[in-house]
Amino acid sequence: MSQSASTAVLSELRERIAHLEGAASRQKTVLPFGVSDIDDCLPGGGLAYGAIHEVAGGGNGAVDGAAAALFVGGIAARTKGKVVWCFTRADLFAPALAQVGLHPDRVIYVEAGREEDVLASFEEALRYGGLGAVVAELVRLPMVASRRLQLAAESSGTIGLAIRRWRRQAEASDFGMPTAAVTRWRVSVLPSEPLPVPGVGRGRWRAELMRVRAGERAEFVIGACDGQGRICLSSDTADGSGEARRSFATG
Amino acid sequence: MRRADPSLPADKPLVIVAKSGSKRWISAADTAALKLGLHVGMPAAKAQALVQGLMIFDADPHADGETLERLSLWALTQYSPVVAMDPPDGIVMDTEGADHLQGGEERMLFGLVNRFRAKGLAARAAIADTWGAAHALARATRRETIIVPPGKIAEAVERLPVSSLRLPAEIVASLRTLGFATVGELAATPRAPLVLRFGPEITRRLDQMYGRLAEPIDPIRPAELVEVHRSFAEPIGAAETIEKYITRLVRLLCLELQKRGLGVRRVDLIVHRVDNTIQALRAGTAKPVRDAAWLTKLFNDRIENIEPGFGIEKLTLAAIMVEPLAEKQNASSLIEEEVKDVTPLIDILGNRGGQRIYRAAPVASDVPERSVRRVDPTAEEKGETWPSQWQRPPRLLARPQLIEVIALLPDHPPVSITWRGRRHRVARADGPERIFGEWWLRRSEFRAVRDYFIVESESGERFWIFRLGDGVDAGTGSHKWYLHGLFA
Repeated sequence: MSQSASTAVLSELRERIAHLEGAASRQKTVLPFGVSDIDDCLPGGGLAYGAIHEVAGGGNGAVDGAAAALFVGGIAARTKGKVVWCFTRADLFAPALAQVGLHPDRVIYVEAGREEDVLASFEEALRYGGLGAVVAELVRLPMVASRRLQLAAESSGTIGLAIRRWRRQAEASDFGMPTAAVTRWRVSVLPSEPLPVPGVGRGRWRAELMRVRAGERAEFVIGACDGQGRICLSSDTADGSGEARRSFATG
Repeated sequence: MRRADPSLPADKPLVIVAKSGSKRWISAADTAALKLGLHVGMPAAKAQALVQGLMIFDADPHADGETLERLSLWALTQYSPVVAMDPPDGIVMDTEGADHLQGGEERMLFGLVNRFRAKGLAARAAIADTWGAAHALARATRRETIIVPPGKIAEAVERLPVSSLRLPAEIVASLRTLGFATVGELAATPRAPLVLRFGPEITRRLDQMYGRLAEPIDPIRPAELVEVHRSFAEPIGAAETIEKYITRLVRLLCLELQKRGLGVRRVDLIVHRVDNTIQALRAGTAKPVRDAAWLTKLFNDRIENIEPGFGIEKLTLAAIMVEPLAEKQNASSLIEEEVKDVTPLIDILGNRGGQRIYRAAPVASDVPERSVRRVDPTAEEKGETWPSQWQRPPRLLARPQLIEVIALLPDHPPVSITWRGRRHRVARADGPERIFGEWWLRRSEFRAVRDYFIVESESGERFWIFRLGDGVDAGTGSHKWYLHGLFA
């Protein structure tokens, strides 16, 4: 069997599986980043609608979740419709979200006293449908809960973004636990882009795509979200290797 | 009284005098009068002899009763589905299942007392497990608000006087003669002699106070209330059955509302159980609603809170607060994609309780913590945003944290900062962004200055730090450094 025939068979099988999963019936199924290198690593060419995506910060970002919040804010800004943002720790600063293109009129904050309430509101908002994106800041995301969330997201086609934030950096090892999320990202800060004059340039992040369903792990050095929530590949890497992207073989 | 006629001088003592036959006695007195030694029940002639320049008004029990009824109806729309008058001077409410709309019991109680005070009325409020206990606590203690935690009635009422038991005056007087001063003493005495001497009244009131005897509240209903009932031949109890009948009732209610062109803001589901007790659930909406599916969801989410007990014999659904709701024609969406209304979701989340839902709105202030205001999620969208010449951090600490820095005054960024015991060498920095105090808000801010810097450590972590003061004049601030936010 020739190479092309086998790929045709594979793509047909993929389509049938996608059809079984129920995602194929929607017209618009992914939200592309607009960066071809990243989109090529994601099945369908972008972040899937009607799915849960997990984002955590690396290093100190595991506790403060600042980079993760901006990364997620940028994704939410590029969707259409209202955004619901659920959390227990109210330290999000709305002007920063406005600076990545998420207008304050679009965001509805749900501040809960307990982690369980965040999960419940997250699921309720995902099930509601008609929202642009639903964001939740979570400490724990057990497998069962994540599967419920994933089903809720599939039922409405809303994109669900879970920011994982821990109380202490040592607890961040919890991020290795499997969940039903479709992709899992870790965003850590890098020294900013050098400017010709003294000052702080555009922020740079290392975005690790740690897990993706039907795809391979990858790692990118990206420039932080701009005013419309778009990221870009940053050509000049911090360690000077000049390599913007490294791919791993799946384990 | 003073409220009705503001020309009355506030410092003069004032009493209200009631009449019965030829007897005239004081039925109410203000604080100034109480201070002068007058008390309720004193003959009017005696009071006049004691105090010079006493202002006396005749009591009007009929008008008082009407006012109380008006207040009760207002409380029905605002606070609780089950409200009744507790004459002559009280209102009793069953707030279970409704306090979440006011942010919990404590906030509800404070809000209630404050609203009365704003109207020039003095109010005392108490929440307890039983009507008797709440009645006694609100009247016999000096505090304005009291909340007795569930199951703690015995401790709370122990020291209250026997007069707070809602007994006839003769019985209270005889009890005093016998040496009973407090409810606790009375509750600890053997009951048989008490019943023999005074009849069953004392033990009945005691039992009502301690919750051993049920005392159902007969709720008031305004005449124009939109209400639907469903009585059951056989008591129901299963969650599915309740759900089915709620759905039917909601549909009926929506039909009723449609006839009148109204939409609901508050809906009560009142559950009448076979043992003559009532449970009420209240749901609030952010704007007038007449959509059956939306309302059904609000109640079906909370079915697990309904305790059927021995069975439910009647369900009542009442639209307590209604507003006009006109039919609206949907624009045909040929060009513009319709943005889905999120108000139902806000209602669903809001009726769960335990969470706050809001939107952030810009405030014209340079001070970061004052530049964001929380607004109602359904508030009008103004399209405003913050000016964005300077970058703002995604995480803002609730309270700036003191850091140690090495920096050159007056306007250089730090060379290194130490936060939470970790030292970061600063590789790059931006600033200063000078923010002046808002002297029109607080006088102490007249000269205050904050200099904000964005600093980046060698590993790429970016912090938002500021120095109090301009670095030259100590009057503008202490020159201490604080960390205020975290960039990404």
